[in-house]
Amino acid sequence: MREETATARTLRLALDRPSHHLAGQHFVVRLTAPDGYSASRSYSVATPPDGGAEIEITVEKLPDGEVSAFLHDEVVPGDVVEVRGPIGGWFVWRGDTPALLVGGGSGVVPLVAMLRLARRVGRSDLVRLVVSVRSPAELYYAREIPGPETTIVYTRETPPGASRAAGRLRAGDIPGLPGPGTTAFLCGSSRFVEAAAVLLGDAGMAASDVRVERFGPT
Amino acid sequence: MAATRGFTGRGATGRDPRLPPGQYDAGDDWPVLSAEVTPALDTSGWTFTVTGAVEREVTWSWDEMHALPQALVEGDIHCVTTWSKLGTRFAGVSLDTLFGLAPPAPSATHAVAFTHTGYTTNLPLADLVGDRAFVAFEHDGVPLTPEHGGPARLLVPHLYFWKSAKWVAGVRLTDHDEPGFWEQNGYHDRGDPWQEQRYQGD
Repeated sequence: MREETATARTLRLALDRPSHHLAGQHFVVRLTAPDGYSASRSYSVATPPDGGAEIEITVEKLPDGEVSAFLHDEVVPGDVVEVRGPIGGWFVWRGDTPALLVGGGSGVVPLVAMLRLARRVGRSDLVRLVVSVRSPAELYYAREIPGPETTIVYTRETPPGASRAAGRLRAGDIPGLPGPGTTAFLCGSSRFVEAAAVLLGDAGMAASDVRVERFGPT
Repeated sequence: MAATRGFTGRGATGRDPRLPPGQYDAGDDWPVLSAEVTPALDTSGWTFTVTGAVEREVTWSWDEMHALPQALVEGDIHCVTTWSKLGTRFAGVSLDTLFGLAPPAPSATHAVAFTHTGYTTNLPLADLVGDRAFVAFEHDGVPLTPEHGGPARLLVPHLYFWKSAKWVAGVRLTDHDEPGFWEQNGYHDRGDPWQEQRYQGD
């Protein structure tokens, strides 16, 4: 377990068999109480497929979130939890086509799996990642994300010496597309997704080339 | 499954009986989930078509749809991501009304709902009849917003809500089952929340 921010932590899960997930897919964590009550939530995998049986998920602690509260306040290394997956065959990147990744806040998690995959297979040229986050303290994977293929946009508070003033994602933050036939992967809150989709449209992307994943309050 | 060490959650006692297993009450929230960019659809060019294995294909314009008998739908909706919204009120037109004008052929067993964006979802025809499926265009007395599927979405409240296709453009009846968008991407073919038919294999 690793704390990403004051409210988000990454958990490493050892599965009982190798995971054949694709970058962008998610797993369901299902918790069961002694009285039979159960609660499940979906979490995107942050790690790219590597043939192994370990995956990482990053969990934001939500107010009143019974699963996220358990994964923050109760779980300890060695605990056994029920997981199911991988799930989802749409919001996935296989590592061999141009991809523009746009994430807001915790929406960066599946996109980081894609970024990590691109770097691991030596195809960083295929991806551009734009992350929108309120402040440096709220950036997940802060040591790993910066790079020539990434742009970090701070909406409320910038790090010292930043050239861009704090502010919401705007047209000028969208990088040039990494190639013809680019697919955009857009992930975040519904409000972020709606706003970013408009910017992608203005940047010339057809709606049919934009794949969306929204994080509800689940 | 054995109990998870240390987890009690909100507990089974006092749980609202309207909540299917594994669901929680989203209260006044109505989360927005979709795999596509929200489209801006103009009602002046909007159509809804019943096609495929039908005795007579019919396409309705927005005004023609609104001239049909209206249905008020009250009840609960359940999203596969585990939120439920209880006591919702939608207005629309029952698919029974539409099938009265575009009767299914004897060979029709299933349907594919299609949309103005490309999303599809499949349903047994039996789930679309009996006043259990609607073309909905109002929620709580106001027009459906685009992010909730406006101007009109399919509404099949007895199945998980991905079956209630946003931005619906019609249903195509078939003599066989054709998996739709999520059904090709790991989700259950039918999606009954009371059976917890979330994913393939459930």
